[in-house]
Amino acid sequence: MNDANPLLTDLFLILTFQGGFNTNLVLTATILLGMAAGSSGTFLVLRKRTMMSDALAHCTLPGLAFAFLFGILINIPEKNFLLLLFGATLSGFFGVLCVHGLVRFTRLSEDSAIGAVLSSFFGLGIVLLSAIQDVATASAGGLHHFIFGQTASMTQEDLILTGVVAVCALIATLALFKEFSFLCFDSESAAVQGWPVGRLDLLLLLLVTLVTIIGLQAVGIILIIALLSIPASSARFWSQSLSRVFMISIFFGALSGYCGAAISALLPGLPTGAVIVLVAGFFFFISFFFAPYQGFLAERFRTHSLRLRILREHILRASFEYIELHNQDKGSLIPFSILPGMNHRLSLTEGKVFSNLKREGLLVLEGTDHFKLTDTGYSAAAKFTRSHRLWEVYIAQQGSIPGSHVDYSADLVEHVLSPDIVERLEQRLSKEGRLPENVPESIHALDRRRS
Amino acid sequence: MSDNWYTFISLDLPALLTALFAGLSSALVGNFLVLRRESLMGDAISHSVLPGIVLGFLISGTRDPIPIFLGAAGAGIAAAILIETVGRLGKIESGTSMGVIFSIFFAAGIVMIEFAEARNIDLDADCILHGQLEHIFWLPPEPLEISFSLLKMLPAEVFSSLLTLSLTIGFLYLFHKELLLASFDSELCDTLGFRPVFLHQLLMSFVALTVVVAFKAVGSILVIAMLICPAASARLYTDRFRTQLFLTALFAFVITPTGYFLGTRADLIFGFDHSLNAAGMMAVTAGLVLLLSVCFAPGYGLLARLKHSRRVSYRVDCEDLIGVLYRVHEKNPGQGVSLNDQSLITLFGNEDSVKHAARYGEKNGLLTIEQEKISLTDNGRSTGALLVRTHRLLENYLVNYAGFRVDHVHHTAHRLEHYGAEAITGGSAPEGISSEIDPHGQPIPKKSEK
Repeated sequence: MNDANPLLTDLFLILTFQGGFNTNLVLTATILLGMAAGSSGTFLVLRKRTMMSDALAHCTLPGLAFAFLFGILINIPEKNFLLLLFGATLSGFFGVLCVHGLVRFTRLSEDSAIGAVLSSFFGLGIVLLSAIQDVATASAGGLHHFIFGQTASMTQEDLILTGVVAVCALIATLALFKEFSFLCFDSESAAVQGWPVGRLDLLLLLLVTLVTIIGLQAVGIILIIALLSIPASSARFWSQSLSRVFMISIFFGALSGYCGAAISALLPGLPTGAVIVLVAGFFFFISFFFAPYQGFLAERFRTHSLRLRILREHILRASFEYIELHNQDKGSLIPFSILPGMNHRLSLTEGKVFSNLKREGLLVLEGTDHFKLTDTGYSAAAKFTRSHRLWEVYIAQQGSIPGSHVDYSADLVEHVLSPDIVERLEQRLSKEGRLPENVPESIHALDRRRS
Repeated sequence: MSDNWYTFISLDLPALLTALFAGLSSALVGNFLVLRRESLMGDAISHSVLPGIVLGFLISGTRDPIPIFLGAAGAGIAAAILIETVGRLGKIESGTSMGVIFSIFFAAGIVMIEFAEARNIDLDADCILHGQLEHIFWLPPEPLEISFSLLKMLPAEVFSSLLTLSLTIGFLYLFHKELLLASFDSELCDTLGFRPVFLHQLLMSFVALTVVVAFKAVGSILVIAMLICPAASARLYTDRFRTQLFLTALFAFVITPTGYFLGTRADLIFGFDHSLNAAGMMAVTAGLVLLLSVCFAPGYGLLARLKHSRRVSYRVDCEDLIGVLYRVHEKNPGQGVSLNDQSLITLFGNEDSVKHAARYGEKNGLLTIEQEKISLTDNGRSTGALLVRTHRLLENYLVNYAGFRVDHVHHTAHRLEHYGAEAITGGSAPEGISSEIDPHGQPIPKKSEK
């Protein structure tokens, strides 16, 4: 089979770090880069500064071009990675400073400031690039790789530098985990407790800058925002706890870097940055749809089962009240039309609830539009009705709401209450000696809802 | 006809017209983006159209503008909808969902370009960033005669951007009231029955349209710059929306040719061998216009606001000095105070502030400085009386009505006395408040006292 598909064999070799020294180096560097971006990106996303990092990245272009020109001026042959990164850092920081200045000292809002600074700095960069082509035609080609990202244009030293800086950024984020989480969740109370909020923000920005700068050559100016924001926002679908989101975000970052770099090594024509972002995007949509905590399908499923449960409780209570209202015995026939909106033809959801109830032995169907409660069904219905009326009493007394108005509020709250709250209410009532043994009388007219 | 003219008309005119029309329509639509704080939607949409363009290209296999336009518009609108949907369903903040979606779209576009190149289709990712202004030209027959058939020969980009501009102007003319309402008070808009969500989608479609048409000619960077910078600059001059629209158009008119000629004539102006990128230069010019407006705009510019706050602080300092002088005059009529008086310097913080305040008062004829000694003029004495009257009335008010303790009122009254002295003391003291004597037992000057 290996002979049948050389492309797969190559992919396997690359993924298991057997694709040669240089490929391994690229793989390691992009994995580390992904981890660093995932870690600082978590806080960037939580602090709602994602687009600021986009501005930062775009603002590095004129700095790169200036550094390149400066290199020519002082006779450094070829492009010098460190010098370029230094220029990029300076102009990126200056750009962010401009955004802050515009927001602080003028009436412009943050989004306008970001957009204006981003586009004019990037425009300046493009102009400088066209000027550079004028001065040095041969070596300027490398600068274009900074816009779209290409690991193939990186030397071994570049890659090692990238890896080392990424590890440093990762460690720094880990060390400041507690401080950053406080900053992100409640910066006001952090400030009140005496944390240096301004300096922490600056530190976060610095870490993001580091990641942006080292990511420039691998991922590119335009797409670096993806590496910072996509793993972090994917991770948020998987958990509620910050430390877990943090870990998952790092994992997604690493995975995107790993797969992206491998695919791009296999198909050398493809720009690495774009492939990494597509892989990250793939994981984003997987998370968006399938994550068990906040994924789309999980939420849909939860909403649906809640709706089923509410309907089930409504049907049971309505049956009980029907029997009570008509002074019949508990085994009497009940029409399907007991609930408003329900008639003898059941909707899909209603049919599902009825067949569930039937399977559990709570009711039996009689003919096409009637049903009967069984003994267990009657006691279950009595239980729901009882708790509903207890809530009505509670709301009427504690919330001073007239008895005729409590039905709706009790109805809203009763389905989402956890059993321990109900238990506490019952304990309180029994302590006062007011807990009714059976189902209490309704405090409002019953047929009102069905008229 | 000279060669220069022919070069201008064949090379520069179509490019300049395209850039101008495209820039004008982006700038006009941009007003609403800036007002709604959605400027970055322009950024996101302009990046997101890339895969649509490549797809239109791949399917049709030619540079035919119609499939490319359709693809781009589709991708732009799809991105706008996705950004909103993913943000809402995934409970993600709007900036982040923009970043996520547009970067995925853009990455997909770049990868598709590589596949397109494998099929020998020439499409460059770079030209999508900074456009192809240099490629818009025509070769009119010589000698030139202005006629309808001649105009028809102009490059298609000129007409498509002109069409967009007219559509944009029409859209704004018809809907600007509704859009304004939706931007400022979307709840009110909803209750009046104007459907803000629909208006928003319409606006976003127009942003997509402008971006798509403009960006084939001038690139995505210039589109973002022209969407945001002119509108942001105009906001620094005025509070009226109509004025803002006209200012925006004016800025677009200035930015486009300036940037174009700075770029294309760089060899003459800066001494380069070649011209520089014109679209990039327009973006830089747009940024410069914003910078100049931030500094010098008469309404909300930094300089204007600095001047205003300086004027206020001079006036307050001078009034404080007059207050001190009046209180001295109260005790010993006619006596002045030395400029180097130690308690005066302590009150003002340093010697210079005292001198500044004194000079400001002298300039306005409120006091005289003779041999380091300041004394009030007649005019200054009545101003001082008014100030001290305001101060003491305020103290009375604070004690009787606001429940201040007597030893706490001075500082508050001292701050309040500078605002609307005439309004407070012009009328008589409120009922129940003594206009004779203040809480510290000092007499309150009469309205006409000197």
